[in-house]
Amino acid sequence: MSQAEHTGTEGAVTAHTETTGKAGPPAAASTAVAGEPRARRPQWTLGLFHSELLTTLRRWRTLALLGVLAAVPILIGIAVRIETGGGGGPDGGHGGEGPAFITQITNNGLFLVFAALAATLPVFLPMAVGVVAGDAIAGEANAGTLRYLLVAPAGRTRLLLAKYATVLAFCLLATLVVAVSALIVGALLFPLGEVTTISGTTISFTEGLLRAALIAVVVAASLAGFAAVGLFVSTLASSGIAAMATTVGLLITVQILGTIPQLDAIHPYLFPHHWMSFSDLMREPLYWDEVRQNLGLQALYAAVFGSAAWARFTTKDINA
Amino acid sequence: MTAVIETHGLTKRYRGGQLAVDRLDLTVPAGSVFGFLGPNGSGKTTTIRMLMGLIEPTAGSVTVLGGTMPKAVSSVLPQVGALIEGPALYGFLNGRDNLARFDAADPTADPRTRRARVAAALDRVGLTPAANKKAKAYSLGMKQRLGLAAALLQPRRLLVLDEPTNGLDPQGMREIRSLVRELAADGTTVFLSSHLLDEIEQVCTHAAVMAQGRLLTSGSVADLAAGGRGRLTVITPDTGDAARLLKESGVTELTIAEDRVTGDPPDDTTELSDITAALVRGGVRVRGFGVERASLEDAFVALTGEGFDVAG
Repeated sequence: MSQAEHTGTEGAVTAHTETTGKAGPPAAASTAVAGEPRARRPQWTLGLFHSELLTTLRRWRTLALLGVLAAVPILIGIAVRIETGGGGGPDGGHGGEGPAFITQITNNGLFLVFAALAATLPVFLPMAVGVVAGDAIAGEANAGTLRYLLVAPAGRTRLLLAKYATVLAFCLLATLVVAVSALIVGALLFPLGEVTTISGTTISFTEGLLRAALIAVVVAASLAGFAAVGLFVSTLASSGIAAMATTVGLLITVQILGTIPQLDAIHPYLFPHHWMSFSDLMREPLYWDEVRQNLGLQALYAAVFGSAAWARFTTKDINA
Repeated sequence: MTAVIETHGLTKRYRGGQLAVDRLDLTVPAGSVFGFLGPNGSGKTTTIRMLMGLIEPTAGSVTVLGGTMPKAVSSVLPQVGALIEGPALYGFLNGRDNLARFDAADPTADPRTRRARVAAALDRVGLTPAANKKAKAYSLGMKQRLGLAAALLQPRRLLVLDEPTNGLDPQGMREIRSLVRELAADGTTVFLSSHLLDEIEQVCTHAAVMAQGRLLTSGSVADLAAGGRGRLTVITPDTGDAARLLKESGVTELTIAEDRVTGDPPDDTTELSDITAALVRGGVRVRGFGVERASLEDAFVALTGEGFDVAG
């Protein structure tokens, strides 16, 4: 057995040499000294991001989160359908005070997209983002893979950037999952057609779709600030679970603070404060003011907590 | 010979005030297989983490392949393969994808040759049959091999292997040792930490011994072993006579156990054949005679005055 093993090993050594020979310039192939310094590849940061995104998406947890998000529009769609007895009448709802856009769903399935985004934005979407962001660094530190990425060497700043880019990509993906699921359910259960805006004007279904896409992107961008907060928490914690719990806990705390009228003074600085402003994009003409304020606030959060995460992560002792 | 690793006054004090590494001066010559020896908790892993730029020294300096760590991490580490404190893997990825993931983190790795290099590394550690298995289903030995494969994704100038045979069966240990020898023959410097003395003795050309954060000694393995003197052993039924005659020949520290008389041989000028001749002349029935070569373990015990497995 030992003999066989040994032969196998030697075969592999030959293969290895050939491979490196191919990779390097012809002259180096024959006289290759083990581990000659290799040139840094300019596009490798993208490669790291790609690997990061792929790894995140192959985690069972990520898929479960996306599955839950996809289920929300289905639940809303079915609930509305049952409530209205399957009728598509012009006055389908009971006129009750549900989430935004919910009464219009029976007239136009496209409104399920807006209703589902309005329903998931306060809790479900940021919770999913908080889990992914909180786990980003702390989870790898806990598993020990972080030290191998760093000695590869991924570079701390680049790794952090790749992680943040991945969390942002997840924000967009999660939002799109909600929107697309809602669109499919809406199309299956309700009629589609021209869209009546909040301002009362009517736009074509195609333009309605474009509005929906725009809103999805804005909703995803709304999560950028919270994603940076999660990443910062992740650089502080040594266990992925602790980081996730802290991040989601922060979200809930901030949401509660946002409902206390006595704290009016700090409300404009809370990251969810302008989240619901995306409905302004259903006006005619488009009303951008609060959306712009929202995006500005998100950029501020991203800058502050991104810098904090960077300061922490680049000086941290990696003992795990 | 140039030094691949050099530390001066390297010190690490953790936040709790615990001194993990205390003024360590270490020189690892190029081309050596350097054994880094010490009981668990003696500061080996902390030292390795400082070498790899994972933690910042409290005081002192570290130079690896001519670059000061942790500043030169990005230029030095692509030339270094490392296995630090056991393997760490993505359990939900298979062996091949784990390696691809670590390779993607290396800024100098060419994605076009990734597939081939990953396959070669898997083959080299004998994991090709398990390449498509999820890493969480791997045994500890297989995880260890996959960690080694990650260190071998590129040709390296330096390999830092922290306890590479942990969790391996004797066959696996032998394979790792022969792999280390092969790599060393290719000109790679290997820095090998272990708490197993015989492992160091079998593969290393140089060694350093640590205990409680301090460097006790370092040098070539042959020199270190020579520091502990061999023992002369005579096997005979006539132990009493043998002991008397040996004493007359200048053998000291005699002990008798059953049919075995052992003692420290006299200085190098005495010919051992003279002693055997004296024994035979004295009518002692000699059934065995020899000097047991001093092992690193003897050297270590001589150095610390204690057993090796006493944790610091």
